[in-house]
Amino acid sequence: MASQEVLREEPSRASLINNPTVRGILYQCLVVALLVAGVWWIVHNTIVNLTNLHIASGFTFLRGRAGFDISDTAIAYTSDSTYGRAIIVGLINTLIVAFAGIITATIIGFIVGIGRLSKNWLIQKICTVYVEVFRNIPPLLVIFFWYSGVLAVLPAPRDSVHLPFGSFLNQRGFYFPRAVWGDGSWLILVGLLVGIAMAWFVARKAHLRQMATGQQFPVFWTSLALIVGLPLLAYVLSGFPLTFDLPKQSTFNLTGGFVVKPEFLSLYLALSFYTAAFIAEIVRAGIRGVARGQSEASAALGLRSGQALRLVVVPQAMRIVIPPLASQYLNLTKNSSLAIAIGYPDLTATTGTVLNQTGQAVECVVIMMVIYLAISVLTSLLMNWFNAKMALVER
Amino acid sequence: MQEHDMSWVRTEMVLAQPAPAGVAGLGAWVRRNLIASVGDTIMTIIGIALVAMTLPQIINWAFIDAVWTGPDRTVCATVTQGGIQPDGWSGACWAFVNAKFGQFMFGTYPIEERWRPILVGILLVVLMVPMLMPSVPRKGLNALLLIVGLPVVSFFLLVGGAFGLQHVETARWGGLLVTLSLSFVAIVVSLPLGIVLALGRRSKMPVVKMLCVIFIEAVRGIPLITVLFMASVMLPLFLPPGVTFDKYLRALIGVSLFAAAYMAEVVRGGLQAIPKGQYEGADSLGLGYWQKMYFIVMPQALKLVIPGIVNTFIGMFKDTSLVTIISMFDLLGIVKQNFSDANWATAQTAKSGLIFAAFVFWLFCFGMSRYSMYTERRLDTGHKR
Repeated sequence: MASQEVLREEPSRASLINNPTVRGILYQCLVVALLVAGVWWIVHNTIVNLTNLHIASGFTFLRGRAGFDISDTAIAYTSDSTYGRAIIVGLINTLIVAFAGIITATIIGFIVGIGRLSKNWLIQKICTVYVEVFRNIPPLLVIFFWYSGVLAVLPAPRDSVHLPFGSFLNQRGFYFPRAVWGDGSWLILVGLLVGIAMAWFVARKAHLRQMATGQQFPVFWTSLALIVGLPLLAYVLSGFPLTFDLPKQSTFNLTGGFVVKPEFLSLYLALSFYTAAFIAEIVRAGIRGVARGQSEASAALGLRSGQALRLVVVPQAMRIVIPPLASQYLNLTKNSSLAIAIGYPDLTATTGTVLNQTGQAVECVVIMMVIYLAISVLTSLLMNWFNAKMALVER
Repeated sequence: MQEHDMSWVRTEMVLAQPAPAGVAGLGAWVRRNLIASVGDTIMTIIGIALVAMTLPQIINWAFIDAVWTGPDRTVCATVTQGGIQPDGWSGACWAFVNAKFGQFMFGTYPIEERWRPILVGILLVVLMVPMLMPSVPRKGLNALLLIVGLPVVSFFLLVGGAFGLQHVETARWGGLLVTLSLSFVAIVVSLPLGIVLALGRRSKMPVVKMLCVIFIEAVRGIPLITVLFMASVMLPLFLPPGVTFDKYLRALIGVSLFAAAYMAEVVRGGLQAIPKGQYEGADSLGLGYWQKMYFIVMPQALKLVIPGIVNTFIGMFKDTSLVTIISMFDLLGIVKQNFSDANWATAQTAKSGLIFAAFVFWLFCFGMSRYSMYTERRLDTGHKR
């Protein structure tokens, strides 16, 4: 007891400077002071520099007339539009190429990743070569390869390469028939939506019934029939409203149809092929991460190998795959900023043009950073939600 | 003898029989690996078709029909394009790479001064090779020379302006020289910076922790191009009027900071994998914070994340190609710039030049990844869970 009394009453003999809490606070004050001084110095310099250059800070320049054209626009835009609209056009282009790239990269990545685990020696080697080649060269180089190595040396429009379904390939891009929706085509959309809704309903009912009675229902084929059949029915009922505007070859150019420009095509192909190599590795790691006992156990339960893959292995592999997959999707979106190198007007390229025209360096870089950060945060939130949904529910 | 009563026990071993014909040899290998089932056979046929369609074409283009030497574009152009090759010819134009090789390596570095980057390259190899071989002794001295000595010596050798060497401004640097020097410095800077950031992120001091989190997450959320933009447009605004910054140095700062944020996350992964007992053990031994980190935590944590660190290095090496966009001429930039040389412009030039660049990048990246796998195996002490 006595010793405890002594311990409690005796104040610390050590100097305050050796107290971890005090030192922590001291260090933090020091860091804050340094930071404030640094920021003040930077802000002061920037203000001086900007006054010397006669540049007014603030975001009002966004309402000014842009005065430059953009080759690929998803929304109405002319050179008379505002700077703000130009940046939005760029943002939409970034999202389009990122979305298209993500879908293609995921498909190729899954095929190659599963191929690397194949028992077939040849398929396994082909997939390994693909992964090792694309993982180890810079994405920018792949973009240039498609752009100046492959697409730029295609024939001129006069001798375009004919492809199936009335599409053409030449220096100016990839031309394919454009769907023209006539009167009453809204019925097809309605049919599609109703089909999806009904398929979802059927899947739910079938699941509940299987849980209750153990009887199975061919959900996949029913859903397919609903989702394909109903729009088809609507198409017939509304009197075949869909026609195609085919690209036609004239002396110097192709007219009509829908054209994908080489800039978009090379960016899209390069991002897809490059990211697919990384996704393949993730998928491979995910599938190998599922213990062998799981597939053996499902075989013991009498599941066929396809069922075992679909019901046992893949759901577990997805848990390992999703977090790195999300970061690959983000990487692809960020890599789409390489568009600037070949002149595809994405967010970075249009904002860069605005920056060069107005000289509003700070504002433009801030806009870029904020938008990319917002995309990152949104994607991570979405993937976290999906991850939480897929996560193992443990007791 | 007592033992000989058990006469059914053999006294000599049965000789090993050859494996049954069905499970050994080439036929069995083919049966097992290529045509195990109907689906497998179909896949094999598709695979063979794929290889048969692409491989001969690639070999023809890259080796058999390729042009290896020549004075100008005529050797790589067909007759209709104003060259000597027959119409319909398609082959690699290695003559272009051959003619521009010096530029691809050194950019527009003065020709009579090129011995300087070559000397730096030799020094790099001389210091790097023993560093990479585990059996060579004196690793500490070697690392010190490589990480501190080499950059200092290279700086004076490459930039010049001292010891009677002619000054070569960085705008004249180019090619592999820029790629390698940028990535080497970025690697040397980003690893310690990344470790400090990772420690800061796990620090118990809220202010330090918050600052590190903000820096790491902000940098990881934006593309490198934006960082490079910032380094090339905003950095001059941040400095007092009159102070200018070398463009090369600006790119270097941008790439290093970018890589440090990624490195920090990799190192943090390693720190989190170290059991709490190790920290507590170090505390109970009376080690201070830095001692604890240096002697106990970091050696274990870094070993765990070698693959991640090397992946970051590889990513950084590939990312240096992005300086092309802020008009610096690294290997990719200089190759691309030479496409516009009217003396060599043919349909094959771009493809050949890019494939050469891709090969160089691939060699370095593939080498790094293989070495990391080797190190991982070597350092594996069997504690992995």
